[in-house]
Amino acid sequence: MSMFDALRIAVRAIVANRLRSLLTLLGLVIGVSSVIALIAVGQGTQKGVSDQIRGLGTDLIFIEPSAAATTQQGGSSSLITSTLTRADAYAIAASGNPSISAVSSHSSGETQAIAGVNNVGAESVFTSSNYAEVRDLDIAAGSFIGPGHDQAGALVAVLGSRVAETLYPGVDPLGQEVRLSFLGGRVVFSFTVIGVLVEVGGAADADDQVFVPITGLANRFRFLYTPTGDLRVTQIDVQAVPGADTEELKQQLTDLLLFRHNRSDPDFTIESQDDLLDAASEVANTLSILLGSIAGISLLVGGIGVMNIMLVSVTERTREIGIRRAVGATATDIVNQFVTEALALSVFGGIIGIVIGVVASLLVDGSTVGDQEMTTVIQAWSIAAAFGVSAGIGLLSGLYPAWRATVIDPIAALRNE
Amino acid sequence: MIRLEGVRKTFTAGETQIHALDGVSLEIDRGEFVAIMGQSGSGKSTMMNIIGLLDQPDEGAYLLSGQNVAALSEQARARLRGTAFGFVFQSYSLLPRMSALEQVELPLIYQGVRDRRRRAAQALVRVGLADRIGHRPTQLSGGQQQRVAIARSLVVNPLVVLADEPTGALDTATGRDVMTLLSDLVDQHGMTIILVTHEEEIAAFAHRTVRMRDGRIIEDSGAASAAVSPASGGPRSLDGEASP
Repeated sequence: MSMFDALRIAVRAIVANRLRSLLTLLGLVIGVSSVIALIAVGQGTQKGVSDQIRGLGTDLIFIEPSAAATTQQGGSSSLITSTLTRADAYAIAASGNPSISAVSSHSSGETQAIAGVNNVGAESVFTSSNYAEVRDLDIAAGSFIGPGHDQAGALVAVLGSRVAETLYPGVDPLGQEVRLSFLGGRVVFSFTVIGVLVEVGGAADADDQVFVPITGLANRFRFLYTPTGDLRVTQIDVQAVPGADTEELKQQLTDLLLFRHNRSDPDFTIESQDDLLDAASEVANTLSILLGSIAGISLLVGGIGVMNIMLVSVTERTREIGIRRAVGATATDIVNQFVTEALALSVFGGIIGIVIGVVASLLVDGSTVGDQEMTTVIQAWSIAAAFGVSAGIGLLSGLYPAWRATVIDPIAALRNE
Repeated sequence: MIRLEGVRKTFTAGETQIHALDGVSLEIDRGEFVAIMGQSGSGKSTMMNIIGLLDQPDEGAYLLSGQNVAALSEQARARLRGTAFGFVFQSYSLLPRMSALEQVELPLIYQGVRDRRRRAAQALVRVGLADRIGHRPTQLSGGQQQRVAIARSLVVNPLVVLADEPTGALDTATGRDVMTLLSDLVDQHGMTIILVTHEEEIAAFAHRTVRMRDGRIIEDSGAASAAVSPASGGPRSLDGEASP
């Protein structure tokens, strides 16, 4: 019997039981498409997080007060309890370490930005003039906080692109007044807009932030000063020279801060961008594996469905098998027939599943679920794996019923009505 | 052409052993129309299954055209079965949802024959179903279905057509028509037919009657050596000649 004949017989049998074949296909289609779509979501999440971390700048090292040193109950608490000061940042910059290219420090807090009737929730970053350089932020209009603003403690603000769009639709924000409300609206200060940032895009934070000189704010909030007169900050960013040994630099920074804080164990944490990327991709990978496994289980269930249907089919078609044997079909012919049928079902289901999985991934890409923008990255290997597994399952789930078909006694099968 | 020598076949049903064939020897020549008769359990169906290579004897020899086929592999038996034998069963044994033409093509598929359509159509014409080629079993009467089955048995140009109670599911008139068709195949085309039945009227169409009981042949109306030429024709008397 030729391959073509085997395929024709298989397609006839599949078409003959339309509804049953369709339901069987459904299991495989759902399995294959969910493997592709869920792996795409997992990989998309990974890409989104990595992009966000990379978007912070390049070769960055982040120093933050350690958990034990802060109460970890929100921004304002760590603002008060942070053990890091701007003096620490200045000391790092002044240390003359050749691996360091720039240092900035900042605090931040959730605020409401208000201009006229428009208002938007925005994270306020209280910082100094070199923040833009360290974080690779570009100015679209006006200027960033300058050393002059810093020294004078000016009440000026630089807006992230989305903040500017929301507050000043169709109006030039430069020179306008923006009011920031702190501590849940109990304190409101007015700032003059001096600059707007270029849109960073994606899930980057900077688009939704407002930048103000920390000195300006500290003049109003005396608690930002330590008892010794230093400015408290909640983060110090150190930009390393490209190609510098960040592990070694981390150690040098640790030594310096331990000395300055007069401690033997650190009251701060130091992480490089690579550390964050590693941690984030580990999380995202775990997510991918988890999603992939769930989808894999549904694929397996789909495969079991195929085997189930093939077994039913063998039992139901005992008489047919008997007739075919009587007219000269060998056991191999019968095996071929059932394996081909199972393969045809699962390959067909696999192809539909690939189409649906890819289309679903493309549809989800860029859409928003809750307030989370979804990114999907379709992986060629996930398509190949899902299709391979579904075809493999088809082959395996065809083999056992096919073998069952051959051990049927043709004489008994012919008597079977 | 067909020669069974001391063939035994035993089935085990629980504790008891049933000797379906208990040392059967039989010779059938080309062009014979043989009826095998007997009560149910006499072993006639087992003998037909063995002749048709659907089953294998436990003991004894089976020579088909001089070749011992008693111990062939499953694969070889299936191939030989497809080319040497055509089967007609009581229950028509047609596949559902297939046209008459496709039913008849089926044996040719397994032989890898190229010219399937034409040969299948020819076979259907031969059994008088030229105008029913595209009909499915549900669209055909019982007699027509049995004719499709006969066409399917003929399409491979078999050595022997094996008919197991071919009229069992048909009314008398239709049954007679089917038997006339089979007789014509023998008389006009020189086909060899082995017919299994328990009805005397049906057996009367054959030229030779072999009676079986308890796995043994108890009567044979004409030994192979005395086989009649197709030309002599006509049903023979059932109780005429004695077994050798």
